[in-house]
Amino acid sequence: MIETADTLSPEIFKGDDSPVKIAVRNLNFYYGDHQALFGNNIDIKEKRVTAVIGPSGCGKSTHLRIYNRIYKLYREQRAEGEIMLDGDNVLADNMDILELRRKVGMIFQKPTPFPMSVFENVAYGLKLHYKLSKSETAERVEKGLRGAALWDEVKDKLKKPGMALSGGQQQRLCIARAIAIQPEVLLMDEPTSAIDPIGTLKIENLIEELKKDFTIVIVTHNMQQAARISDYTAFFYQGYIVEYNKTSDIFTKPRLKQTEDYITGRFG
Amino acid sequence: MQRRGIAGRKGINYFVTALSIGASILGVVFLAWILYTVIYQGFRSLNFAFFFEPTKPYGIPDGGIANAILGTVMITAGASIIGVPLGLLGGVYLSEFGRSSKIGNAIRFSANVMMGIPSIIVGLFVYTLLVYTTKSFSGFAASVALAIIMFPVVLRTTEDMLCMVPNALRESALAIGIPRWRATICIIFRAAKTGLITGVLLSVARVSGETAPLLFTALTSDAWPIHFFTQPTANLTVTITEYATNSPFEVMHVRAWGAALLITGAVLILNIICRTLFREAKR
Repeated sequence: MIETADTLSPEIFKGDDSPVKIAVRNLNFYYGDHQALFGNNIDIKEKRVTAVIGPSGCGKSTHLRIYNRIYKLYREQRAEGEIMLDGDNVLADNMDILELRRKVGMIFQKPTPFPMSVFENVAYGLKLHYKLSKSETAERVEKGLRGAALWDEVKDKLKKPGMALSGGQQQRLCIARAIAIQPEVLLMDEPTSAIDPIGTLKIENLIEELKKDFTIVIVTHNMQQAARISDYTAFFYQGYIVEYNKTSDIFTKPRLKQTEDYITGRFG
Repeated sequence: MQRRGIAGRKGINYFVTALSIGASILGVVFLAWILYTVIYQGFRSLNFAFFFEPTKPYGIPDGGIANAILGTVMITAGASIIGVPLGLLGGVYLSEFGRSSKIGNAIRFSANVMMGIPSIIVGLFVYTLLVYTTKSFSGFAASVALAIIMFPVVLRTTEDMLCMVPNALRESALAIGIPRWRATICIIFRAAKTGLITGVLLSVARVSGETAPLLFTALTSDAWPIHFFTQPTANLTVTITEYATNSPFEVMHVRAWGAALLITGAVLILNIICRTLFREAKR
C-alpha cells in the first residue's frame, strides 16, 4: 500500500474560486488482469493548468487517457469509477463518445498530423462537427492556427502537407486542430517530449495563452516544465495519486517524503 | 590459452562468399536469359495486325492476338473488381478490429493457407462451381478463379500496410471525435495509400500470368470477348499454351512468343511500378 495525502482536501483550492471542471472519484483502471490505477480522486479546476508528474509507468498517461475514453480503442482495457465533466459521467454508457471528444481535445506525445494539407488538417475536424460555409471554414482555420501561434509560420504553406512542417510546428498544428473545434478541456500527454528546446519553449508559452480559454491537464516527465507552466500538480506513483496541491506548494513544501524524494531527484 | 589460426577461418569466409555470389549470379543469368529469349523471339511478331486483329483458326496465316489481349484485360479487371474490395475489407477487419481476436487469427491462418493453394486447384474448384453447373466456359468464371487467387494476397498486404500505420495516428483521429469507420477510411487508408496500391498492383501482376485456372474456366476462343459471361473467352496465357504446344504452324509459334513478350513486359512494368511506389511509401 502506498502512503497518500488527501487529494480532495479543501485546503488545496484555498483562494481560487474557479469552478471544478472535472471531478474524478474512485477511478480504477485495468489492462486486462493488471490493475494500473487505484482509487484515484482528483478535482480539476476550470481554466487552470494541472500538471501530472511521476516516474515512468506510474499511470499518469493512463489516467489522462480515460478523460476522453481514448483507451476504448483497445478492447482489453477497462475503467471503473466516475469522471464527472460538468456533472455528466464520462464513463457512463449513454455518454456520446464523439461529443465527449469534441469537448475534450487531446495532444499526444509525438506530433501526428493527418496525411493531408496543413489547411485540411485543421478543417477536417471542424467540418465534422460544424456546418460551415467555405469562408467560415477558412476563418475558423485561421483562428485555430493563430490560437496555436502557428499562423505566421504557415500562412503561405496552407496547401503543403502537414508532414512537411518541422516537429515543433507539427505539434502546434495538432494543437490548432484540437482547439479549432472549440473544446473546453485540452489533455496533453507529454506534448514536448519529442520536440527540440525552442519548439518546447514556444509550446510552453502557448499553454500560458491557452489557459485563458481552456482547462488544461498536462502529463509531463519534466518537473521544471510542471513548475513553470502549471497552477496545480498531481504526483502519481504506482497507480496512486500520492499528492495533489498547488504547484508552488508541492515543489516547496511537499507533505509526503515520497513526493519530496521524487521532486528533488532522489528517484525516478 | 592457445590461439587458433586465422587462415582457416578466412578461407571458409572466401569460400562461402564466393558460393553465395555465384548463386546470385546464376539466378540473374537465368532471368536475363529468359528476358533475352522472349524479347528476341517475340519481337519478330510485333506488327499492326498483331495488336489489332483477332486470332484466326488454325491454318489461316494472318491475324493477331487482339481479342486475347482484350480478353486478358477483361478477365483481370473482372477479377480485380471481385477480389480487391473483398481483400481490402478483410484486411481492414484484420488490422483494425480483429487484430488479436480468435476469428482474426483464424482468418489470417486461412489466408496464408489459401495463398499456398496451387492455382490449378482453384481452377478445378471454379470449374465444378460455375462451368460444370452452367454447362459453359466463360471469361467470368476465369475472373472468379483469379479473384480467389488475388483475395488472400490483397488481404494480407492490406493488413500489413495498415499495421504499419502508427497507433498514435488512429488515436489522434479518434481524439478529435472522428467516428471509427471514418477515421479508417479518411485517415488510416490515406496514410497507407501507397502501400495499399502496391499490394493491389502486385496481386494483379501475380494473377495476370496465370494459365492453369484459365484452362478450366475461360478456355480460349477466336472470337472477340463479347460473350464474356456465357462463352469461352480468348486470353493471352491460354493462347500462348495453345499456339506453342498444339500448333504445327511456325507463324503461330512466333505469335505465341509475341504474346509471351507482351505479358512478361506488362508484369515487369507492374512490378517496377510497385517497387518504386513502395520505396516512396517507406520514405
